[in-house]
Amino acid sequence: MSGRNKRGRDAMGVGLAALNRLASAGAIDKLRLRKPVERAVYEGAKAGFRSVGAANRTFAKVQGRGKAERPGKAGGRDLFDLTPTEEQQMIVGATREFSAEQIRPVAADANESCETPAELLKRSVSELGVTIVGVPESLGGMGSERSATTSALVAEALAHGDMGIAVACLAPAGVSSALTLWGDDAQQATYLPSFVGDDVPAAALAIVEPRPLFDAFQLKTKASRTPSGYVLDGVKSLVPRAASAELFIVAAALDGKATLFIVESSTKGISVESEPAMGLRAASTGRLILESVTVPLSAKLGDADDYTECVRLSRIAWSALACGTGQAVLDYVIPYVNERQAFGEPISHRQAVAFMVANIAIELEGARLTMLRAASRAEQGQPYAREAALARKLSSDYGMQIGSSGVQLLGGHGYVKEHPVERWYRDLRAVGVMEGVVLV
Amino acid sequence: MGINLETPKKFGVLINQAHQVSTEIFRPISRKYDKAEHEYPKELDMLASLIDGMNASGGETSTGARGVRRKDSDKTNVNGGNMSGVLSIIEACWGDVAMVLSMPRQGLGNAAIASVANDEQLARFDHTWAAMAITEPGFGSDSAAVTATAVLDGDHYVINGEKIFVTAGGRCDSVVVWASVDRSKGRAAIKSFVVEKGTPGMVVERLEHKLGIRASDTATIRFTDCRVPKDNLLGSPEVEVEQGFAGVMQTFDNTRPLVAGMAVGCARAALDEIEDLLKQAGVTVDYDRPAHTQHAAAAAYLQMEADWEAGYLLTLEATWMADNNKPNSLQASMAKAKAARVGVDITLRCVELAGALGYSEDSLLEKWARDSKILDIFEGTQQIQQLIVARRLLNKSSTDLK
Repeated sequence: MSGRNKRGRDAMGVGLAALNRLASAGAIDKLRLRKPVERAVYEGAKAGFRSVGAANRTFAKVQGRGKAERPGKAGGRDLFDLTPTEEQQMIVGATREFSAEQIRPVAADANESCETPAELLKRSVSELGVTIVGVPESLGGMGSERSATTSALVAEALAHGDMGIAVACLAPAGVSSALTLWGDDAQQATYLPSFVGDDVPAAALAIVEPRPLFDAFQLKTKASRTPSGYVLDGVKSLVPRAASAELFIVAAALDGKATLFIVESSTKGISVESEPAMGLRAASTGRLILESVTVPLSAKLGDADDYTECVRLSRIAWSALACGTGQAVLDYVIPYVNERQAFGEPISHRQAVAFMVANIAIELEGARLTMLRAASRAEQGQPYAREAALARKLSSDYGMQIGSSGVQLLGGHGYVKEHPVERWYRDLRAVGVMEGVVLV
Repeated sequence: MGINLETPKKFGVLINQAHQVSTEIFRPISRKYDKAEHEYPKELDMLASLIDGMNASGGETSTGARGVRRKDSDKTNVNGGNMSGVLSIIEACWGDVAMVLSMPRQGLGNAAIASVANDEQLARFDHTWAAMAITEPGFGSDSAAVTATAVLDGDHYVINGEKIFVTAGGRCDSVVVWASVDRSKGRAAIKSFVVEKGTPGMVVERLEHKLGIRASDTATIRFTDCRVPKDNLLGSPEVEVEQGFAGVMQTFDNTRPLVAGMAVGCARAALDEIEDLLKQAGVTVDYDRPAHTQHAAAAAYLQMEADWEAGYLLTLEATWMADNNKPNSLQASMAKAKAARVGVDITLRCVELAGALGYSEDSLLEKWARDSKILDIFEGTQQIQQLIVARRLLNKSSTDLK
């Protein structure tokens, strides 16, 4: 039942079609072969720090070849199936391992220093290829077919390690995905090669603005048409790795319609202010200030419909991040409540405790299935506005409830930094606040 | 093939049929039989024949009580009877939960038979309408506390005891009764027996007056030296202490997703109704705009629908696992816990949003809000589902986590 109950629904679903999957072994090999290359270390965000945008590279304008490359859509599937493909199982397995061995151990320090170690960011590219997963092979990416469910599963697995670090790693992928999905041939040829190389730039897709009741479709950041291009004015909030980002995709209202614009960080009129927040601190969030920023005509990325799709895809990605962190909470509290003794027995022998654990699992699974349904519909080319909205609602509300329960179950120990649950509590609040940044 | 949470095209015909039945048969008589409690909806007889026909021609698909038997299959991914069963239950309960509970030959006892009967029994009880008799005056959730006894005497078991809250107990052809064959051996000795109506010693004593599902009769049945052929024992007659309760409890893995599906269908009915009423009041829902910038009623709708979606998908997951022979106790309980509690929340909230229109008998909203409450109680209360989920996750026994 896809939402509202209507009559005559026997046309539901789409016909079986052969799936044109990319060769998984080849893709994995490609990842493994990638060599990490040194790259300039970026300055972490420090309170009060304000500077012009980072400017360590110029993106030479490249003439397009006349036609943009688009990833293929997955064919329609007929049967209900929750089993990931073999390729997805491999990718998710590698990501989980990366998460457990490389992300989780440094998460507390990254939170304190408001910075994800540069080495780790590099390895997320060299070992996991986070920026090339959705990019077509012809543009140096991993495959011709883009999979929203694969992206969602990867985001989930990274956030199981740490949501802030996951966001820091995935922010450039948000930009490369946006270019892949909505860029014209010249935009793709100009920017995408940087994202499939070894030296991936920090980059971010900025939508959020600092004001109450923010609505991604009612932007205060404005784009005005000039004879030679556009002038952008406004402030974007909670932009990951803002201080070191070399490329931004900025959402601004053009003639009242929210639209995406490609903005290089070296452009005059751009400044960046650090904006440390309640959580996601490892993502070095910052404020991006645009004051009469002039961009050429070629900076406009896609149209208003593409922007709507962008918002929806990012909501699914945030939902996936919430599911990963929610799972981390569940995995952490189970051994804790079994070991912690009170009144002569483990506290898990009390229904008040046990039922909280049960509810974490129930709400997490419900949110996760809803998120997967949204991702799967998106990847199969079915309408998914409803499903994306519901996934966001569940992962925001219950994600936060799970974060709160996690701290509560550990009591005073949950409130101190000796345990990670207080960090997850802070991170999970981001899910209802954030827009953009990550895409599935 | 890849992750996909849409239901297969092959179930479309079945879903549509169930929807037509809901719209054309259940809804028009819903209020009538809610008021005329204990009166049998005679319209259901013709419908039952129709459903038998649908089942006979259905192949892999099926309606509710048929679709809970696990089949071995070498297919890599199966969408089978468990899933199609719950999908048709959802559509039918969008029409009327009480009618579904009153459907001839679609009782929970049928689900039990389909789940644990051997092939001979399956054939023998194929056309029976079986109710389920577990609860006794002295216990509800604690199913192991069964005091009814079944004593082997030659070719028969002699059953004694009193059973309450037997859904369709007055109208059914037979009852699946839980009784102990040896009370000194605890829960392992609890077996289920098919007792056919008319068996001497079996008496329907009274019918309950209820908050909701009033079109469904709820009976008290007394068994006094009731002799049942020993071949009517479902499953193994041996008392396997190490296996414990597993045999009879297995039924729940199959019936709980069905009850979850009832809650999903009933809640969807309320959501569809309130959507129309809100539209008349000038409130529409926008999935892209943030909930907090929309009308409070639209925000409430979004929240309800999100909860509904979680219940629906958890229910499908539980049936999908059953279809693929994956152990699903955890998922079945999660589905029932979530779907049933949001079923109550959603139907009650819709009454509130509709105001007097929802509270009065003019619309069916108030009826659905009464009907939905039973779904968070029977086949294991909310609290029992949470206990089961918690024990599984925490790896605790029923003695550790009471």
